[in-house]
Amino acid sequence: MGASGLLPTVSVPSPIQSAVGSQLASCYQCGKCTAGCPRSERMDAPSTRLIRWLQIGEEARALAAQAIWDCVSCQTCSARCPQSVDCAAIMDALRQVAFTHDTVAPAKRRVIAFQQAFLDNIRRNGRLNELELTASFKLRAFAADRALRPLFADASLAPQLRKRGKLHLKAERVRDRAVVARIFDKCKEDRGGKIENRGGAA
Amino acid sequence: MNIGYYPGCALHGSSNDYEQSLRACLGRLDVDLTEIKDWICCGATAAHSLNHKLSQALPARNLALAEQQSLNELLAPCPLCSMQLLKVTADIKDPETCAALSSIVELPLEGRTRVLNLIEIFQKVGLDTLASAVTNKQEHIQAACYYGCLLTRPPQVVTFDDPEQPHSMEAVLKALGVKTIDWNFKTECCGAGMTMADEDTVLELCHRILENAQAHGANCLVVACPMCHVNLDMKQAAVFRRYGTAAMPVYYLSDLAGLALGLAPDELGINRHFMEAAWPA
Repeated sequence: MGASGLLPTVSVPSPIQSAVGSQLASCYQCGKCTAGCPRSERMDAPSTRLIRWLQIGEEARALAAQAIWDCVSCQTCSARCPQSVDCAAIMDALRQVAFTHDTVAPAKRRVIAFQQAFLDNIRRNGRLNELELTASFKLRAFAADRALRPLFADASLAPQLRKRGKLHLKAERVRDRAVVARIFDKCKEDRGGKIENRGGAA
Repeated sequence: MNIGYYPGCALHGSSNDYEQSLRACLGRLDVDLTEIKDWICCGATAAHSLNHKLSQALPARNLALAEQQSLNELLAPCPLCSMQLLKVTADIKDPETCAALSSIVELPLEGRTRVLNLIEIFQKVGLDTLASAVTNKQEHIQAACYYGCLLTRPPQVVTFDDPEQPHSMEAVLKALGVKTIDWNFKTECCGAGMTMADEDTVLELCHRILENAQAHGANCLVVACPMCHVNLDMKQAAVFRRYGTAAMPVYYLSDLAGLALGLAPDELGINRHFMEAAWPA
């Protein structure tokens, strides 16, 4: 800890500090982001506290919080901050680093399973195929938590979607899929660090 | 009028009723859409949550394709796609970022394309033109205009309407002779892309939105977002099972516009929604 007892002395900026560090000092803890957040009442640590942790160098606590995966990216926090702190972007940075460094709260593995299945699908097809995404998400989520009920939830929706012409059995794929794969490869080295073989996605 | 068109994955997937609706409605207003050839997914929430660079590169590729195909104005009817495209448009004002992304997406990139949402297309057509084209006034409708998150947020990126008290959808509907109501949940979140990953969140947020609209006398919701429609229409039966929320139809803005312009519900894809209206079509 620094001489003040509040500010840590850090020589190499952490990935979070490099991504959003310049904004953190602007936050004076008014709590407006938390007040407007549609998920704060269900969060283990609302945005105001997450930002405070980052200010005082308690990054590990923020990165392990379930709250960063409860966030629905509605951008209300960023829109209402009187200091123009882009809180939603800080949530993104926390998720990116937690994902890259594998510090995701175990209870939130389902959310990651969905995001990874989504990106896998895009890498393969260039565009999303919802049927493939659903199947691959459910298998990944089952592998993560072994919960049977969600595996079969919403099965009744499939025939209803089919009836309405909303279910596409054949994937729509872009012509130049090689370039999509190359874009994914070139993005492997992200600001959170290098993303290694995490299920092939991202 | 000819406008470039980036449908995004939802409108070519289970939200293809939205594409049907806006194509039929805009066709009636002589707006021709030219779809970007070989467009790719914008990366959506998955990319911006897990990989920052990818969340810039995927929309940047689409902007570069639009430039290559000389599409100077681009309708992105999904507000998430629209926001991602606008974010990267702002990012590439920095020459270094622009050069780096251009190299990643393997195309020249200048940032010449203007990205528009559906409401902006109606504004371009002109509210007077809309008013004079009405042939089937929808007298029975009391619409709650639901903007959700990303049509107006983050305001420094999307710079559209007022992020707390938006009124642009009401203005379009007023021109079309459709009545709207005042209510509190215009810009609250419906749970967005959490439909599959965290259903509890979606059901709770949708319940609050539906309940508030009904408490203020609305008999339908109007949206301009495929994810808002999925959560509020397709998941409404599940919201009812958990909270007992009363039923209400959910329209795309182009549905109500199309009806007022004389199109039949089936031409707009309204027959493919989950929630049916209590009044005769």
